[in-house]
Amino acid sequence: MTIAACPACAVAPAALDIAGPEHAAGDEVFLSLPNIHCAACIGGVERALRAVPQVRAARVNLRLRRATVVVEPNTDQAVLIDALAQAGHEAHELDGAALTGRVDPVGRDLLVRLAVAGFAMMNVMVLSVAVWSGATDATRDLFHWISAAIALPAVFYAAQPFFQNAWRALRVRRLNMDVPISLAIILASVMSLFEASVGGQHAYFDAALSLSFFLLTGRYLDHRTRSAARSAAQELAALEVPRATRIVEGVRSSVAVADLRAGDHIIVAPGGRIPVDGTLLQGDGLVDRSMLTGESLPVAVTSGDGIAAGEVVVDHPLVIQATAVGADTTLRRMAALVEVAETSRNRYTALADRAAAVYAPLVHGLALAAFIGWYIATGDARHALNVAVATLIITCPCALGLAVPAVTTAASGRLFRMGLLIKSPTALERLAQVDTVVFDKTGTLTQGRARLSGIQALTSDQAGIARALAHGSNHPVARAIADALHDVEPALLTNVHEVTGEGVFGLWHGRTVFLGRGADATELRIDGQPSIPLPMQEILRTGAADAIHALDGLQLHVMSGDTVAATRRLAQQAGISMVEGDLRPADKLSRINTLSDQGRHVLMVGDGLNDTAALAAAHVSLSPASALDASRAASDIVLLGNSFAPLPHALRISRKARARIRENFAIAVLYNCVAIPVALAGFATPLAAALAMSTSSITVILNSMRVR
Amino acid sequence: MNVLVFLVPVSLFLGAGGLAAFVWTVRHAQYEDLEGDAARILLSEEED
Repeated sequence: MTIAACPACAVAPAALDIAGPEHAAGDEVFLSLPNIHCAACIGGVERALRAVPQVRAARVNLRLRRATVVVEPNTDQAVLIDALAQAGHEAHELDGAALTGRVDPVGRDLLVRLAVAGFAMMNVMVLSVAVWSGATDATRDLFHWISAAIALPAVFYAAQPFFQNAWRALRVRRLNMDVPISLAIILASVMSLFEASVGGQHAYFDAALSLSFFLLTGRYLDHRTRSAARSAAQELAALEVPRATRIVEGVRSSVAVADLRAGDHIIVAPGGRIPVDGTLLQGDGLVDRSMLTGESLPVAVTSGDGIAAGEVVVDHPLVIQATAVGADTTLRRMAALVEVAETSRNRYTALADRAAAVYAPLVHGLALAAFIGWYIATGDARHALNVAVATLIITCPCALGLAVPAVTTAASGRLFRMGLLIKSPTALERLAQVDTVVFDKTGTLTQGRARLSGIQALTSDQAGIARALAHGSNHPVARAIADALHDVEPALLTNVHEVTGEGVFGLWHGRTVFLGRGADATELRIDGQPSIPLPMQEILRTGAADAIHALDGLQLHVMSGDTVAATRRLAQQAGISMVEGDLRPADKLSRINTLSDQGRHVLMVGDGLNDTAALAAAHVSLSPASALDASRAASDIVLLGNSFAPLPHALRISRKARARIRENFAIAVLYNCVAIPVALAGFATPLAAALAMSTSSITVILNSMRVR
Repeated sequence: MNVLVFLVPVSLFLGAGGLAAFVWTVRHAQYEDLEGDAARILLSEEED
């Protein structure tokens, strides 16, 4: 069969097809297009990109919401993004190195094997129908030989994945689902070949093929679900383009973060995340450490202070001398610790593996017992082997092989449309067991800027002064005040200046006015008047209150690195009574471990580096897309949108999915209860095997669809 | 029953043809973006 040649070899040419062979020489650039959804968008984006002179070819992939552009070497990607922005399309640069390419060789390989098995199954089945309906003598022998000619090479090629997995398991002296499957396929083929050669009545070529076909379907579904999750996770990682601005003798140049060395001077603009550990050389300012510590308010730093990778610059550009880069930064070292600590997930045994652990020895035992029993009773080794093989085939491993992937495919697909990305294959099963939810506060329960309370009490003069002062600073609190007072006429002030770490000063009709840090909250001070506190109120994430309300019946906690008072305030707003603040990352981890030791199954929801260890230790973990890369990597589930609304649905669907998986196992067992006695008694014919296999597989698939 | 001598090879040949066509489409990346390809038929000014 020439068709059976290696499908993976076709990968490289296919990559060229997309760009077109004549364009192969340029640089390849990937853009993320989060908002495209229709034919007009595809046309618009491609037209806009092709109109850019440096562009040689552009192709949009709607499924991945991504454009692949071939450009002249050394083209700045900003040109492309600007061109798309003018055409009305939002686009983001993707880091090509973080994407492993568009083509999915494993998926293609499975698809081709599936097609070969399907083709061979249909042809052999047609021939088998003739045998079942009574073909005899020469006709039956001819049909058996033709079936053998089709089935043997097809099985040899299509069932490779099972043989390889089974061999891998056997080599380390373990049993998995692929061992009984491989044994059934190989024994059925060999025995049928023997039966054909002696002109026997029963051949199981169709059974060997349909077994391969149904199981490959399960494998392919499983693979597709995982690769969709993997490519979306890759996309999130690729959105953070690792680039920094290095200053060498006063000249700025943009370099990849990987090329930075200790001792380099870099400048980070407001809003940028600091890529290295280092010392601040220049520019007093504020940094947001919420990702690392959970503090909701930025911290003032001055030259000479230590800066850690992962902090975000708030107001002024900062010049930093790098002391540690790449894998040596605190951020990466903590992320590496998490990888070592990932134990709770590895401790979990998937439902499918638990089923296989019971099923495989049972079936092998039965088949062996059937062989020995019949051999002793009749002395006919050929007939005894026939019965044993029929037992192996008829025990419906295909229904068991489909039980999990069919359900997880349906459920993850549904959750993905709601904006939840299931990264780990067993996450759904673990999510179904959750009885306790732990939330981080900053960046998880809260989102975006804080809101001001207490402005209603201000007189119009005071409000005007506050607004004018707030304009003098980039501090998030100042921005929140300016936002809250946007419809107030600003007062006329002179000599407005900001003192980092304190606040903004100004002169109003000769009097000193100040807006900034007070005793325990932000204050507005006007000379000769008592100071007015303006406490900040953090805003709950969209949908958080409703989601928490819908989680009724679960034990809910808030654990934060921020102060106890601030945490309690927000938890009250969210309606959660169990609150802990001032926690260091190790404290969160130990709290989670304590809960697990009490036998609780904890869902940890967090975004920062201070949550990473807790995310890894929890039974199952979720982080928003805005979280640090390290936190997303440690979580099982990523929330793609901003709203928390899908969270209760996810729990509901996961419970439903687990129920369906169990039902599927029950269905498979039920079929076996009927089929095994028939097979052991020696009444199983190839027709009975074919019927049992197809009906059980189809029932399982139909039952899985009910997750929707 | 002699008709089988023709019909069996013919049916195998047709099936193999379908399989070969399917493998060809897989190798030419026709299943990478099903949504996008469905939408593309609505575009009038495809430049290729």
